[in-house]
Amino acid sequence: MEFFLNRYRNLSVLVAAILAQLVLLAYQVKTNADVRLIRVWSVGAVTPLARWIETGRSGTSHFFSDYFVLLDVREENKRMKAELDRIKMDNQYLRAELSTADRAQSLAIFQKHSPSKTVAAHIIGNTTGVGAKVVLIDRGSNSGIEPGMAVITPDGIAGKVTKVFSVSSFILLVTDQTFAAGVISQNNRVHGTLKGQGYEGTAKIEHVQNEQKVDQGEWFYTSGDDRIFPKGLPVGEVLTVHQGKTEKEIYISLSGFKNGLEEVLIIVEGVHAPIPDAPSANQNVHLLAPPPADASSAVPVMQPLQSGPVSTDADRIKEQYRKLGQQQNHVYGERGTGAPNYNAPLKTEAKPENKP
Amino acid sequence: MTGFSEEYREPVRKDRSSFFNVAVITGISLLAILFRVYVSRFVPYLQYLELPLLVTVYFSLMWRSPIAGLLFGAAIGLAQDSLSHQPLGMFGIVKTLVGYFAASMSLRVDVGNPLLRLVLGFFFFFFHAMLYWVLERALLGQAREFELVQVLVVAILNAIVAVFLYQFLDRLRITG
Repeated sequence: MEFFLNRYRNLSVLVAAILAQLVLLAYQVKTNADVRLIRVWSVGAVTPLARWIETGRSGTSHFFSDYFVLLDVREENKRMKAELDRIKMDNQYLRAELSTADRAQSLAIFQKHSPSKTVAAHIIGNTTGVGAKVVLIDRGSNSGIEPGMAVITPDGIAGKVTKVFSVSSFILLVTDQTFAAGVISQNNRVHGTLKGQGYEGTAKIEHVQNEQKVDQGEWFYTSGDDRIFPKGLPVGEVLTVHQGKTEKEIYISLSGFKNGLEEVLIIVEGVHAPIPDAPSANQNVHLLAPPPADASSAVPVMQPLQSGPVSTDADRIKEQYRKLGQQQNHVYGERGTGAPNYNAPLKTEAKPENKP
Repeated sequence: MTGFSEEYREPVRKDRSSFFNVAVITGISLLAILFRVYVSRFVPYLQYLELPLLVTVYFSLMWRSPIAGLLFGAAIGLAQDSLSHQPLGMFGIVKTLVGYFAASMSLRVDVGNPLLRLVLGFFFFFFHAMLYWVLERALLGQAREFELVQVLVVAILNAIVAVFLYQFLDRLRITG
């Protein structure tokens, strides 16, 4: 044995190292438990460094942005009169404040109005997994974070908490290939499963049968079925819909990533919300102002063929049949009354005689 | 015959192994991991740069000791594992093997040659990606797709970076 170990010393150490790690791996997979100690050390070592670098980065970024804003003001000072300059400076400052509304501020406003109880967190780093979309945030168990909590932004869902340490946590992003969440469509209330694709900004909706109706541009919301995300949070808008073998192939653009991902909200106590109704088709149609109520107008008015919101030939025929039915005292849908005579001439309403 | 065996067991290039300050090794390893954690967040393309792997390959090549190589690989792999959402041991196993094979290879070839470093950087990146994918499927049952073209392109980019990185790291060797 001793000879063997001396002869194959390198190989023996290699086998021992691999075996030890395999046992460690098998233990974690078998018990579904985490070896916390090593992780706590590593995360504890990296978190302060990452936080320190992030503070430095944001400080430098703010310094430079402030510097350039001041440069602009100085240039304007040279060109403008003193009083006008002061007003313009104020104006510019306010405009800049409005246009560059801080994400943290909008997050705070959203947080205030959201029915769910949330905790704001800052993303301080990525994790090291191959192809994984997992990020590190600066909130942990000390802030009440627990594994499995939903992570959102004011624009939509962002991910879920997977591992929690005292002052930091791992978040599995919606774009990760292993991510899944229950979703529901806005118009037709079609249920499906959101799956990450590993790409930024897009995801796939699975388990939607070909027979179910999903339109391009339709919105998907969380359904609450997964018991992680409360119902009614926006997920994204349908980019493409194709018929698959048995299920539809639906790709959506994720709304939660619209404005980048620096600050997020972790839902500590979720409250289900109703799915907002889809906007009606005529909502965005531009309507002219009503005509002036001038009775003596001499301009001849063109009478429409039918009144009401008819637009296609089918609508016009339907309207004509409805009027024929009314004319013949026929009630559509009533048994034993047969059908009205569709060939009968349609009586037009009697027009008042124009007397001079 | 016996003479040949003796010569084979005692590698010719063993005496050309390099030495580094412990602080340099620790600092470089930490920086490589921190780079993977932090910098890739702001420049997403840099997430494809696998600095912990390149550092493992470099030190293993320069030490020319398979045991040192595999232990260093295991340590840096486990550190990387603890900062990923996967169970501990995935990167550990892969980098242990990378460290071992890199050090074994250094006993046979001249590791100072930039062209050879380019080839080794490419080979070990591909080996690392392939083995990790196999372990993910076999041990964790995760069916993540292996995108061959993407891995090959990224392997070439990493190999190019490796050549320049290794030239810089050469300056940190203890000489004399």
